[in-house]
Amino acid sequence: MPTPALKQTREAEQARQAGFVCRVFCCAGTACLSAEGQDVWEALCDARSTHRLDERVDLVRTGCMGLCSQGPLVRVEIAGAAPRLYGTVSPMLARLIITEHVTPALTRGDDFVLPEFLSSHALPDDLAFFTQQERVVLDRIDQADPERIQDALAHGAYSALADALECRPAELIEEIRTSGLRGRGGGGYPTGQKWANAAGTAAEQRFIICNGDEGDPGAYVDRSILEGDPHAVIEGMLLAGHAVGARRGYVYVRAEYELAVRRVSTAIKQAREQGILGDAVLGSPFRFDCEVITAAGAFVCGEETALIKSIEGQRGTPRPRPPYPSERGLWGCPTVISNVETLANLPRIIARGADWFRTIGTTDSPGTKVFSLAGRARLAGLLEVPMGTSLRTVIDTLGGGSKTGRPVCGVQIGGLSGGLIPAEQLDTTLSYEAMSELGSVVGSGGMIVLDEDDDLLDLACYFLQYAVEESCGRCAACRIGTHQLLNLATKIRQNGATDADLALIDRLAKTMQATSLCGLGKAAPRPLMSFLRNWPERIPRADTPDGGAA
Amino acid sequence: MLSADTKPRRTSGVRADSGLLNALHALQAEHGYVPRQEAMALSRRLGVPLARIFEVLTFYSYFRLEEPGRITLSVCDGTSCHLQEGPVLLKAIQALLGIGAGEATPDGAYQLNVVRCLGCCSCSPVLMVDDKIYSQVDPADLPGILKKHPPTAPKEAN
Amino acid sequence: MIKLSVNNRDVEVPEGTSILDAAGELGIKVPTLCHFKLDDFDIENKAGSCRVCVVEVEGRPTLAPSCCTPATDGMKVKTNSVRAINARRSMLDLLLSNHPKDCLTCQRNLDCELQRLAGEMGLHQILFEGEQMEHEVDRANQSIVRDPNKCIMCRRCETACNVMQTVGILSAVDRGFDAVVMPTSKRSLDDTKCTFCGQCVQACPTGALTAVNRSYDVWRGLNHPAKFKVVQTAPAVRVALGEAFGMAPGSVSTGKMVAALRKLGFDRVFDTDFAADLTIMEETTELIGRLTSGENLPILTSCCPGWVKFFEHQFPDLINIPSTAKSPQQMFGAIAKTYYAEKAGIAPDNMLVASVMPCLAKKYEAARDEFAPNGIRDVDIVISTRELANMIKEAGIQFMDLDESDFDNPLGESTGAGVIFGATGGVLEAALRTAADWLSDEPIEDVDFTAVRGLSGIREATVTVAGKDVRVAIASGLGNARNLLEKIQKGEAEYEAIEIMACPGGCINGGGQPSIKGDTSILEKRRQALYVIDGDKAIRKSHENPSIQKLYKEFLGQPGSERAHKLLHTHYTERENA
Repeated sequence: MPTPALKQTREAEQARQAGFVCRVFCCAGTACLSAEGQDVWEALCDARSTHRLDERVDLVRTGCMGLCSQGPLVRVEIAGAAPRLYGTVSPMLARLIITEHVTPALTRGDDFVLPEFLSSHALPDDLAFFTQQERVVLDRIDQADPERIQDALAHGAYSALADALECRPAELIEEIRTSGLRGRGGGGYPTGQKWANAAGTAAEQRFIICNGDEGDPGAYVDRSILEGDPHAVIEGMLLAGHAVGARRGYVYVRAEYELAVRRVSTAIKQAREQGILGDAVLGSPFRFDCEVITAAGAFVCGEETALIKSIEGQRGTPRPRPPYPSERGLWGCPTVISNVETLANLPRIIARGADWFRTIGTTDSPGTKVFSLAGRARLAGLLEVPMGTSLRTVIDTLGGGSKTGRPVCGVQIGGLSGGLIPAEQLDTTLSYEAMSELGSVVGSGGMIVLDEDDDLLDLACYFLQYAVEESCGRCAACRIGTHQLLNLATKIRQNGATDADLALIDRLAKTMQATSLCGLGKAAPRPLMSFLRNWPERIPRADTPDGGAA
Repeated sequence: MLSADTKPRRTSGVRADSGLLNALHALQAEHGYVPRQEAMALSRRLGVPLARIFEVLTFYSYFRLEEPGRITLSVCDGTSCHLQEGPVLLKAIQALLGIGAGEATPDGAYQLNVVRCLGCCSCSPVLMVDDKIYSQVDPADLPGILKKHPPTAPKEAN
Repeated sequence: MIKLSVNNRDVEVPEGTSILDAAGELGIKVPTLCHFKLDDFDIENKAGSCRVCVVEVEGRPTLAPSCCTPATDGMKVKTNSVRAINARRSMLDLLLSNHPKDCLTCQRNLDCELQRLAGEMGLHQILFEGEQMEHEVDRANQSIVRDPNKCIMCRRCETACNVMQTVGILSAVDRGFDAVVMPTSKRSLDDTKCTFCGQCVQACPTGALTAVNRSYDVWRGLNHPAKFKVVQTAPAVRVALGEAFGMAPGSVSTGKMVAALRKLGFDRVFDTDFAADLTIMEETTELIGRLTSGENLPILTSCCPGWVKFFEHQFPDLINIPSTAKSPQQMFGAIAKTYYAEKAGIAPDNMLVASVMPCLAKKYEAARDEFAPNGIRDVDIVISTRELANMIKEAGIQFMDLDESDFDNPLGESTGAGVIFGATGGVLEAALRTAADWLSDEPIEDVDFTAVRGLSGIREATVTVAGKDVRVAIASGLGNARNLLEKIQKGEAEYEAIEIMACPGGCINGGGQPSIKGDTSILEKRRQALYVIDGDKAIRKSHENPSIQKLYKEFLGQPGSERAHKLLHTHYTERENA
């Protein structure tokens, strides 16, 4: 049970919100803020006070509303009417939304008709981008102000924690195990099993780490969750902490994610003030606190053993596993390290039950997955679909196909460790098992749509260059292997490939996959190899007479 | 006569302290980079050899060992930006400022960096000026953006 | 115990054993590069970075690096599956693709593990053509040449520098393809707190870290028509030099070494052991002075230049505690260019003093500012045991066929106390022999202070000298020295006398010695050989050396006299701890 004080805060906020006839939501995700979002917000505030609507209209800055390509986004909710979502809102349009939509609608009630110059900016109600989603993790990201814990509480934050504190840790572990939740960071390891391992390793101390070092270029799932619903992540860490007996957590966030760092820090501070973090979590004997560690720009730190070293103040170089962090992690103690989306799933599972969770997704990959759709997609942004949804549904139905008018030729998924998936394979479903059959990964959720004109070999070189710079440099397979693979890829791009080149690439890729210390080196050849495998007709050939041996 | 043999133990002096990353962030926040003298002072404070601090400093691309320009322009080179005119944007800025990536203008006013994905992939290409992100930047927008971030006076040397 | 099979043969090993060691139990050798183990010193580098030792483990999708993968029960390992062999060759290919191909002119030619491995694997072509890394070669100091272009990132030097020696200057910097091992702040070694102990050189499998080679300067000196050429040889050289000519470890080759030096063209072949006896005269006088007054204790030895530089940088608060006595090498130079030059009628600036040392720091020491009074260096050129071996080969001298020869006098006469300077504990034992004699009414009979002998890193003993208990400690290896000093700083231990040597085991394991290739049993053999020489000597106390007695009588006066201080003592300088 939540403490009486917390219950009071929650109910007071719910009452406050119910007191407004109109609520206007303005997206304060990074993408919208980058597109005049701040000016739009200020215009909304200004117009509201000019029209003396402060008592009747609530203005809320939320996390990412999803359709980032049409930002800045503003949503108007008036009691008794269907919500309206506006896209590409300029400060001028923001004022008009207050003067020509909110004000007349409040006076005229049911008789109000949205003028045409505004309705042309409103996005259709039945946009598949939204209707085809199943929002579990993102259920309140576009509803609540991430900088006000009261708002999160009003939307149910920390109620799962209150329930969980009345359970024995073993029950909690069992519940998550039953749910079949798998790590959303890429590997897909069962979270419940990870918890059981950590809880089962004798130790004086245990730790929870939130891996917010989302490094895959093209992915911004974790960033959006950290920015838009930091309390879900903190609650997830508290649940994990209670389950395995940890008292301390670290949120490791990329330094480039400045807004996420700020919002999580604010959320932690507010959670402490509310007695949610600290010596007596919600008045119980459970003690837990967490702090933010700002990363410093090293892709490889997304690998768990490297991340741990980084928190320990060392070079973020991976170490061989086993032992796994759940047995020997931070400072040698059992450590549960989970990515942001995984943690954000936990409160929902505890609140609604493992059985409910298993009704979503596939048998082996229950639940949903959040993706960030970008590249040539017509509608790009953050979306959440059940596991088992096909790539084609996401790209064509939700994303509206290609925005360039040229056909989609494939998709890059899973960042550095994923591959290039050709258009013929878009019926593959998004699940750990199906993607691994394709030799790719679900990854952290980055999805870059490619069209016919995109230079795929250049893209493969881009990923290799990335790997060359981001390799930690510890093992020779990756340090020198990525360099030589890039050299070979560049060579065939410039001079065309001979059979000998292709054989050497194959041999090097196999060596890297078999001998690299960590996932970075093992996966680094994937983009190039998937290009060579799936687009043989696009491989430039050297015009040697025999077309072969150089 | 007594004889007590002692096995050598691995000394604690070579392991970097756990507060190191945050301490380095604090130094960089204060100075804009991590000056050697400050790193040495940190080394004494934490009891960590300077070499350990240095190996950490050089591992993470966020840390700088030299004083950067006062206003930082970060061009995103994430996948989406790379595909969608990011390289063109970079070239345009290089031409406009007359410097390469990782360099500062001679007057120290601007610093140009190429950075990993900023996570605004649906708004490519993306440019970040200090903490402010600009999306779907056309090279023609650059003079206007720079005007919003006029050169500041160098800090007084103390 | 766990049971596993390697190449279909069963083996039982204790838990925690690596696949590499388990295979070793069966006599199966898996090739390695980055793996480096010094059993007796509890030092192991298992960075798992070269990936050359990968093996096939049944049920694993990828290959396992055998050096850092623990064997588990029921594991089935194949060291020579086609996939493992292919991967191993490709790994070597990759390492070579980023390595200069100047083997013929490399310092480590024929002594390079990378080269040897390429030979053993029969690589006949380097398949990868990508650009190699480019770094400046650091030649700014007297002792060590650092060529990062030859670095394979095995991290063995880092383990030597940081874990074993705790000097803490070598570390990996940068990332990705640019990652390489560098000294602190990417500075030249000369601008760091490097002690020049040379253990990194001994650990390096390639030519990335090599000794500065001065043999050409010796050749030029030897061919100088007007110079009078004098050479001194340190105690530890005579028990290791033979290894370079195929002699068994522990062989004593003093006579052949002297003969070879004569053949090379030195006018006089003298012995650093003589100067070691001289050091004991001065240092023991200092010890007795401090014991009597009870002030400024404990006394720390100062023969080892690596140790001296270590405390100058890292323990400046102890700068007044070490003995002010110069090292034997420098005492020798000072006496050779004064007393002996005068006796032989040679102008000091016309005398060339060369040293053969087991040490790389000695090269640095000889070049220190304070060792060139009136602009004339005490010691002109220092070469290592390895350089001498190469010079002998270069000169075409058949070392094994040489007749034994004796050192020249007077600076070649020495006692058993002088020769044990080459092993850890030897300096202290030599000092105790003299102190016990000087403090007792009668000369002591038993000169074997066995409690201070051994190879372990830190040894403590309470020794009875003239009825009084003297608490002594010995540390070898700078990491052990650090532990000992920190104990003293914290007040956890008290001693009257401490001997410290930078290299684990003492000079027998110096940075200039023939490589032991990780086999620490060689050190024990070298150590025992020194004590055999000691035991065979008629005179085993430094102060009983007739030539030393004559030197004081004719030239220096008393130990600790003004002249002795001027010629035989030095001072220390606080240096930056970076």
